[in-house]
Amino acid sequence: MSAVIKVEDIGKLYRLGEVGTGTLSHDLNRWWARMRGKEDPFAKIGESNDRTQKGTSEYVWALKDVNFDIEEGEVLGIIGRNGAGKSTLLKILSKVTRPSEGRIKVRGRIASLLEVGTGFHPELSGRDNIYLNGAILGMTKAQIKSKFDEIVEFSGVNRYIDTPVKRYSSGMYVRLAFAVAAFLECEILIVDEVLAVGDIEFQKKCLGKMKDVSQNTGRTVIFVSHELNAISSICRKGILMHNGRVAANDTIDKVIGQYLSQNTNFDTYWENTDDKYDNPYFKPSKFYLVKENKQVSSTSFGVNERIGVVLEGTVTKVDPALTLGFAVFTTDQKLLFWSNHTDGKQENWIEIKEGQVRLIGWIPRNVLNEGNYKVELMTSVHYKEWITEPGKNAPVISLDVAGGLDTSPYWQIPRPGIFAPLLTYEKW
Amino acid sequence: MDVSPAIQEDQKGWTEVIAPTSSPFDLHLADVWRYRDLLMLLVRRDFIATYKQTILGPTWFFLQPILTAITYWVIFGQIANLSTENLPALLFYLPGITLWNYFSECLNKTASVLKDNAAIFGKVYFPRLIMPLSIVVSNLVKLGIQMFLFLVIWAFYLFAGFKGGAIHPNLTICLIPFLIIVIGGLGLGFGMVISSLTTKYRDLIFLLSFGVQLLMYATPVIQPLSAVKGKWRLLFLANPMTSIIETFRYAFLGTGSFSINGLLYSTVFMVVVLFLGILIFNKVEKSFMDTV
Repeated sequence: MSAVIKVEDIGKLYRLGEVGTGTLSHDLNRWWARMRGKEDPFAKIGESNDRTQKGTSEYVWALKDVNFDIEEGEVLGIIGRNGAGKSTLLKILSKVTRPSEGRIKVRGRIASLLEVGTGFHPELSGRDNIYLNGAILGMTKAQIKSKFDEIVEFSGVNRYIDTPVKRYSSGMYVRLAFAVAAFLECEILIVDEVLAVGDIEFQKKCLGKMKDVSQNTGRTVIFVSHELNAISSICRKGILMHNGRVAANDTIDKVIGQYLSQNTNFDTYWENTDDKYDNPYFKPSKFYLVKENKQVSSTSFGVNERIGVVLEGTVTKVDPALTLGFAVFTTDQKLLFWSNHTDGKQENWIEIKEGQVRLIGWIPRNVLNEGNYKVELMTSVHYKEWITEPGKNAPVISLDVAGGLDTSPYWQIPRPGIFAPLLTYEKW
Repeated sequence: MDVSPAIQEDQKGWTEVIAPTSSPFDLHLADVWRYRDLLMLLVRRDFIATYKQTILGPTWFFLQPILTAITYWVIFGQIANLSTENLPALLFYLPGITLWNYFSECLNKTASVLKDNAAIFGKVYFPRLIMPLSIVVSNLVKLGIQMFLFLVIWAFYLFAGFKGGAIHPNLTICLIPFLIIVIGGLGLGFGMVISSLTTKYRDLIFLLSFGVQLLMYATPVIQPLSAVKGKWRLLFLANPMTSIIETFRYAFLGTGSFSINGLLYSTVFMVVVLFLGILIFNKVEKSFMDTV
């Protein structure tokens, strides 16, 4: 085994803001610096790529000091948050854009699939578009011809092959487009997030084809996706990108683990350090999440995991109407539900006594779909007064749900929707 | 790509090195050749797509130049009374219109090639030179069809004759393929120079369509070179398209002028512009995705 791709100190500098104003003066400045044999004056002030931080410089390093090797026949997954530099890296590897520094050495022909259906023309028939798209991706006419039947077969649009693609449904369109790409002949294949197309059946077919390509043909594949399930089932090695740098380069499972643990946007643990919420009844002290085994968790939960929401505090005056609970919101402030310890039959309620109290409310498995949520502490003396009111003054912790979809072979990638319930079906 | 010996040593066994810069003379011509099928498929696409869903279809190839010729006949021939060297108007205007259209379409389309194809260029690598080349070939097909129209009309007048004269084709006709190559080269060269500049400074696009129109009036499309006198004649002679259109008329109709020097000037002009265009295009193509 030897390296087929060697990425050495790759960096990519981008100019932010409005490109096109003042570029002439910058160009002249650059040219003047080059004439004197100096460094690019604007490259120096470039900052690292962190989209959450508003930088002071107009220039930003989308990639910096990126180094890794890819061995022959390896299937590499690249993951990272939005804006971590994954796509920029792929663009450089695909020769769509140039790096600002460093070099990449390649052995073999690279074909890249940054998008399906590149160059499809709506007026042309499916047949013509197969040839055109194939040629754009680097196949010769003869190669396409020899695979034509397979491509049509795979796409499943045989009947419409001589109809202009503008008459296709969007599903048929992507099926055809992916089918062309699936039969590319090359030594190194680069695939960017293209699996999220078509219906479930076709997605599965694509995933299967990807697996087949990577495992049976011995081709080197680089695969970028947010769909961790797909990544972990196809790839053996992984790279985690963070703020334009390689944060981890290891086996795919370790890299995914690291990704999930860094993927916390807000605090997942609240503590009443400022001695807030002064009232005669209840003073909250802590608010956090635990896993099934009651270990405090700051990472994400799988869809198939129970989520424990823990509320701690001191009861200073017992009131039968004191209710403790929490509310779950989406990150865009849409309320999903309220929950109180006083839900259900009264004789089953937990008795609240004066002094320390600690409750766990369990969000059942397979309720929340993958995504980010906010959990707010909700306490009140019912119908009398709020202690912590959700959406107004309540403590907030963040809840991440990711992965854990693998209950069904047809549920390998995230579904749309806020909820992901696992319902039962019966014959009737 | 880079040629310093240390790097050459480093390059052993690697088929490709992606680096921030590469030699401006590395034109990837082998790559262009490998993608020749793509070129032909793009030409086919242009041809099918242009006239899809038009009632007259490819008939428009014929109608365009004829309608233009009629317009010129009314405005320049009848109202402005410009000379057609005693030739029937259609016969006089058609060659100029057809050749000029070839030039201006090659130029205009090539000038916006980077902008128009930014979506594709942003997603897939193929030798970028393929796109402008496909434009030139597409227009060549169109030119061929329009040439055919001209030949039919020309043959009609040749055998049927017309009032007040005759046409005298001569051996200069053999130069026609060469003339067409020079026009294509000029359009391609100019277009590539401009396309490279427009990725950063878009103002040029607005200037371009105006400039091309203006340049047509400094070309013997609507009047013969012989009718241009005084200081303006110099402007006409400086225009590389002038000698080509004059030669073409001379070859088929026997009117106008034939000047070896003029042709030589156009050819040298074409080679220089084309060379410059390819160099600039080749340089800009590598980074334009970041500025377009």
